[in-house]
Amino acid sequence: MKYQSQKVAYWYFLAAMALFGIQVLGGLLAGWVYVSPNFLAEVLPFNIIRMIHTNALIVWLLLGFFGAAYFLIPEESEREIWSPKLAYLQLIILVVGTLGAVGSYLVGIHGGREFLEQPLWVKFGILVAALIFLLNVSMTVLAGKKTAITNVLLMGMWLLSLLWIFAFINPDNLSLDKMYWWFVVHLWVEATWELVMASILAFLLLKLTGVDREVVEKWLYVIVATALFSGILGTGHHFYWIGLPGYWQWIGSIFSTFEVIPFFLMMSFAFVMVWKGRKNHPNKAALLWSLGSSTVAFFGAGVWGFLHTLHGVNYYSHGTQITAAHGHLAFYGAYVALNLAVFTYAMPMLRERAPYNQVLNMASFWLMTGGMAFMTFVLTFAGTIQTHMQRVVGDYYMDVQDSLSIFYLMRWGAGLAVVIGAILFIYSIMVVRKSEVITPGSANPVPGE
Amino acid sequence: MAEFLTKSRARNIFYGGSIFFVVIFVGMTVHSHKYVVEVSTAGMPLSDAVIRGKHVWEENSCINCHSLHGEGAYFAPEVGNVMTRWGVQDSPEDAFEILKSWIESQPSGIEGRRQMPRYEMTDEDIRGLAEFLRWADQTDTQGWPPNDAG
Repeated sequence: MKYQSQKVAYWYFLAAMALFGIQVLGGLLAGWVYVSPNFLAEVLPFNIIRMIHTNALIVWLLLGFFGAAYFLIPEESEREIWSPKLAYLQLIILVVGTLGAVGSYLVGIHGGREFLEQPLWVKFGILVAALIFLLNVSMTVLAGKKTAITNVLLMGMWLLSLLWIFAFINPDNLSLDKMYWWFVVHLWVEATWELVMASILAFLLLKLTGVDREVVEKWLYVIVATALFSGILGTGHHFYWIGLPGYWQWIGSIFSTFEVIPFFLMMSFAFVMVWKGRKNHPNKAALLWSLGSSTVAFFGAGVWGFLHTLHGVNYYSHGTQITAAHGHLAFYGAYVALNLAVFTYAMPMLRERAPYNQVLNMASFWLMTGGMAFMTFVLTFAGTIQTHMQRVVGDYYMDVQDSLSIFYLMRWGAGLAVVIGAILFIYSIMVVRKSEVITPGSANPVPGE
Repeated sequence: MAEFLTKSRARNIFYGGSIFFVVIFVGMTVHSHKYVVEVSTAGMPLSDAVIRGKHVWEENSCINCHSLHGEGAYFAPEVGNVMTRWGVQDSPEDAFEILKSWIESQPSGIEGRRQMPRYEMTDEDIRGLAEFLRWADQTDTQGWPPNDAG
């Protein structure tokens, strides 16, 4: 840790990990309701559990992004954060808002647009927090050194905050409601969040591999260019069946097919940098998460996204377990794993105890990634059967669901592995076992070896 | 990466191209907005009952179990075409009656079957919800879903 104010990130990461725990436990509970439908049905209905599962995910990922920004911007700009006090105030607003939202959901107070269920005051809180953040990091960057990494990161953060405006716009016309809803949902995760992801990944690879900054930053611009060129018009793949014009079927199919490219580039980028890099960074766990994130993002967001994005396929698969399979692996690879990569990289420094072995952390990577992969496979099988029985043959929804129960049982098992992995991860970050602390070796290998 | 592609060129392509695609997207959005209002949802007036029904739909967060035009959770049946499935799309009164009896018979309490909670609603709320679902059903969704099963 070179700058004192980077310490802000520590509290963001802590809050994020707490919510991560709540998120996966909520998922485990929801998965169990699929297996045993009467469980908690009267006390805590499925829609509330799911709300907590998805909202906790979104908020903790954002907390992770904010924390990552507060960690990397001082290093990139080569100066302290403009106002650490504002950064803490922002965190307090977000934590109060989150607790308020969860409390509201539990007593049945919520909005009805999927993922945007937060009560109005919480939505305003998020807006205020975002504005504080933008002010704080923009002032820091403006006063300091400007790099491609901070450029892209700030652009992503500004644009995603701007798009939050659409969380407040809810037309009475359902089709319009849906169209503008996607302005937040799609243009977050398939456009602006990719900017944030790519810039954080670039920062991690720069530090971990020691590859020349010029090379890293050129890759970064190419990646984010392909992300926006495909992702903006790729929004059309959500516009096929909600009452919008038919031309979106072609625009959406073509451009969302290109959405595979930025994810392929990010994966290539990560591996090429590691091959090129001469640095032997002691934090192997962070490297594992960085490579793992870009790889799983390619499969989850790229391949599984393409699987059902062409309108001829989507006509049959839309709104089945295929979507659930894609959603889980895409979010895990692109945004969960990337955040965990940042935590793994930064936490040892923030706690001033680097470097050390992180065997448990790496075990948690394989447990979580294996669990998510298995979950994706079983949901894909379930979705394929569902698509055939319901959309082709025309069997009724509940009859079809009854014949999928074996897959839901396996999905729950996979989810259990993910939860154990998540707990292991948090434990490995927060508790350092003595045997894992190592003394740093010499940075340069002995000549002639 | 090729030599001609310098960092500053890559940056300029990123900024220029992004602006280009944003402009196209905004243009298509404006057209789509008009299309929704004037064509695809114009078959039935957006009445007070429909709007009330949309609020009922939202306050109870139906979307976190059901799907509507294929979007939402996938835990409970698609309702974008439920009025067609029930055969009451063309009869507001029948739509109200059948929805009311459905909602008031929940939860089924059947062991091993997914449970829909009991929602306390006034007749006006249920009428609104029925109108909202009929309104959604008449929307031109490019022929989706493929069949009445939803």
